[in-house]
Amino acid sequence: MTRNFLAGFAYLLLAPVIGALLAGIDRRITARMQGRRGPPILQPVYDLLKLAHKEPIGARRTGHFFVLGHLVFMMAAGFEFFFGGDLLIVIFAFALSSIFLVLGAYAAHSPFSHIGAERELLQMMAAEPILLLTAMGFYIANGSFRVEEISASPTPALLWLPGIFAALAFILTIKLRKSPFDLATSHHAHQEIVKGLTTEFSGLSLAIIEVTHWYETIMLLGIFYLFLAPYPAAAVLLVAVVYLLEILLDNTSARMKWQWAMKSSWTTASLLGAINLIVIYYWLGVQP
Amino acid sequence: MHVPLGLILVPLLSALLLLAFGLTRLRKPLVLIASTAIGLGSLHLLFNQLEREVFLIPLNEAPYLTAFGWAGLALGAFLLVICLRRRQPLAALLVLAQTALAWWAEHLTHARHETVTAPLLIDHLATIMAAIVGVIGGLICVHAIGYMKEWHQHHRELPDRRNQFFCVLFIFLSAMFGLVFANSLPWFVFFWEITTVCSFLLIGYARTDEAYHSAFLALKLNLAGGIAMTLGWILIVQRGGSLDLLRIVGSGDALYLLPVVLLCFAGLAKSAQFPFSAWLLGAMVAPTPVSAMLHASTMVKAGVYLIVRFAPVLQDTLAGLFIALIGATTFLITSLIAIGQNNAKRVLAYSTIANLGLIVACAASGQYNAVWAAILLIVFHAVAKALLFLAVGTVEHRLGSRDIEDMQGLVMRHPALAVAMLVGIAGMFLAPFGLLISKWAALEALIRVNPILPIFVVFGSSATLFFWAKWMGKIIGAEPGERPAPDDTHSLELIVLAVLTALVIVCCAVFPWIAEVLIDPYVIAVYGQTMVLDRETMVVMSIMLLLVALLPLSLLYRGGDRFRRVSPYLAGANYDHPYRFTGSAGKEYSMSFRNYYLSQYLPERPMQRWGIAASLVLMAAILVMVTV
Repeated sequence: MTRNFLAGFAYLLLAPVIGALLAGIDRRITARMQGRRGPPILQPVYDLLKLAHKEPIGARRTGHFFVLGHLVFMMAAGFEFFFGGDLLIVIFAFALSSIFLVLGAYAAHSPFSHIGAERELLQMMAAEPILLLTAMGFYIANGSFRVEEISASPTPALLWLPGIFAALAFILTIKLRKSPFDLATSHHAHQEIVKGLTTEFSGLSLAIIEVTHWYETIMLLGIFYLFLAPYPAAAVLLVAVVYLLEILLDNTSARMKWQWAMKSSWTTASLLGAINLIVIYYWLGVQP
Repeated sequence: MHVPLGLILVPLLSALLLLAFGLTRLRKPLVLIASTAIGLGSLHLLFNQLEREVFLIPLNEAPYLTAFGWAGLALGAFLLVICLRRRQPLAALLVLAQTALAWWAEHLTHARHETVTAPLLIDHLATIMAAIVGVIGGLICVHAIGYMKEWHQHHRELPDRRNQFFCVLFIFLSAMFGLVFANSLPWFVFFWEITTVCSFLLIGYARTDEAYHSAFLALKLNLAGGIAMTLGWILIVQRGGSLDLLRIVGSGDALYLLPVVLLCFAGLAKSAQFPFSAWLLGAMVAPTPVSAMLHASTMVKAGVYLIVRFAPVLQDTLAGLFIALIGATTFLITSLIAIGQNNAKRVLAYSTIANLGLIVACAASGQYNAVWAAILLIVFHAVAKALLFLAVGTVEHRLGSRDIEDMQGLVMRHPALAVAMLVGIAGMFLAPFGLLISKWAALEALIRVNPILPIFVVFGSSATLFFWAKWMGKIIGAEPGERPAPDDTHSLELIVLAVLTALVIVCCAVFPWIAEVLIDPYVIAVYGQTMVLDRETMVVMSIMLLLVALLPLSLLYRGGDRFRRVSPYLAGANYDHPYRFTGSAGKEYSMSFRNYYLSQYLPERPMQRWGIAASLVLMAAILVMVTV
């Protein structure tokens, strides 16, 4: 139990640090791919500190309420995950966190944040089935929804869940807000949706959203780690490869329409995820 | 033991008083007293039941059966006259068939000289259902006092028949109690048919063409279910089986499978599952308390109650799995259709059908943990949906519209109503609220039953996320500087909304208690084991609830003096107003906000047809399976 709590608190403390470094490395690699030198690795941290000292301005005073909810429930979801708790609860808390950000964007009542909120919801709807199917898959492979027991299993889940793994990698692009699925908010404010979802957030609020995104990234990568949990070194390598592929995809693709995001995600979910689930269910023979 | 009889008789007597004396002046106190009485009575029963297992109430059944027979004939004649007068030949035919079959079934039962010794029972499931009917039903009646007064002010062209309205409402509640406590199949069928008749009368209350059309649709589909149910009764008698519900459930005898499948078809009709779903949507023309009463909290719950009650018979049968699949299909398709609806009541209607589908999917699988989840879903859905229906009704009278697009910025214009609505919506789909707890339990249970069912649930619940969240977004997106509008809401309506809002939250807080003290004993009594809930998960849920409860405190912090409010960014120059801007040719533009409905991708009618076709195929397959 102590170990669980330690892991949980370690996540709360370290996830933003690792997330910031990862974001720095991400920007560096992206720059190299585009033939630029890129910013220093610690640039995301400098950005954050700068943001935190900006004058608080906004369309609504209630903005911080939603941003706080966004952060708190993301931390709760990640804590539950690294604590070793129920994967379904993790996914539900994660969804609650995302909903808070969406509601914040709606509450700002601005055209760009409104369209960002609608698109973010569409993307959540696109990604949610695969997240839940992943939990189902782990349950069938290991007989438990608990992360603790899934990670303690001697056989790597990847063996049973290759389809679900591929489907999850597909929606990771949505959750990381990378191209071709950077529909709801973009890293570059000069595009057609401006900053979409986050247009009306500034200063400290925007800084909190950034930190929450780091928490989110680390937790999502944690789920990928679970697929090879019995072999820690291989699992870390797997996570690194997945993330590199995301960066590559981000730099080589253009933004797609939401229709395509929906159709492709649900098709992937049903073809790879659901079929994988049904096959291993009968193969492994789950006992009610 | 007198409480169940009291619960059946008190609303019945109040109904007769209202009808016989036309007590227009005394209507309000009478409704208040009767509603309070049944609410407190059902709670009393709930808390008294905690220690006990099953309590049977022995009665000499024979005179009651005779009375039910004649009452059934009278009701049949009454309906037949209405059907003929309104030129509804199909409905008339169904009424004739149902009345004749019921009469024949009574006759066969009499001829056997074997009666059920204890036609009424009290067990945990019955008391949970009674508490829902009593408390939620009572609150809806109280809300209706204020609402119907306003309704008639809005509809001056229609005659004021509020005495009859409340009379039918109370007869309906009385029948619901009868149905819940019935342990004898003939009793169950009798009360079941009364709810059908009451729903017909309530939906047709306005007596407009639309109201008549919807009322007859509901009558026809529910009578079709009723005929299936009566056939099930006749089959049991012919096969020499028992009419004692507890015996049917406990016997494990294969002779009951076909009759129980027929009963479950009636349950599907009453719970508005595909292919019967059309009546619930039509019924939305009725005044809102009717929608809340019949189509969210009580009547449709009778259908799923039936399936939960008979679930042990379906355990480990292919027929049960297929009925569960009908529920799962309904859940998925109606959740998707709900995305395309901008009429608030239709969203609620589709979401109701969807949630009932989820309950059917859990209950019909017949496994102990899925049945457990089904009961939890019934409880949480009843509370949150009643709140939402009543809130939408009250808001509709304030705005003069039930279009979700017109609820833009409701949080500023009618803060109290908006909070009630937001809590209700959050209760429907967000952690750590009721429906999500239940959905979690449902997923944990269904994955142990079959992999197909959770796949339907996973896709369907992702769709619910979309339509609920965008509705919430509509309510909270207000223009800066908007002020609360004058509010003339009837105080009784506000009180009921406040109580229901509190109930949604309290039910989540006491969820571990509901699970352990109310649901576990029933599931253990029937299956010998129960859903083992992770204690830690309960703690996590409680912590999340606490966080959600604490979060509004952050609203007290107004950003201090440093906060500078600016106009929203419009990618151009604002024009003296936050939502007007100067366009490319120097022209002034204004703007407004609309949500996504994706209606071209999710067309309502074709999707309904798919659902009906799929469920008809499944029903046919079930019948072939159990008869061959």
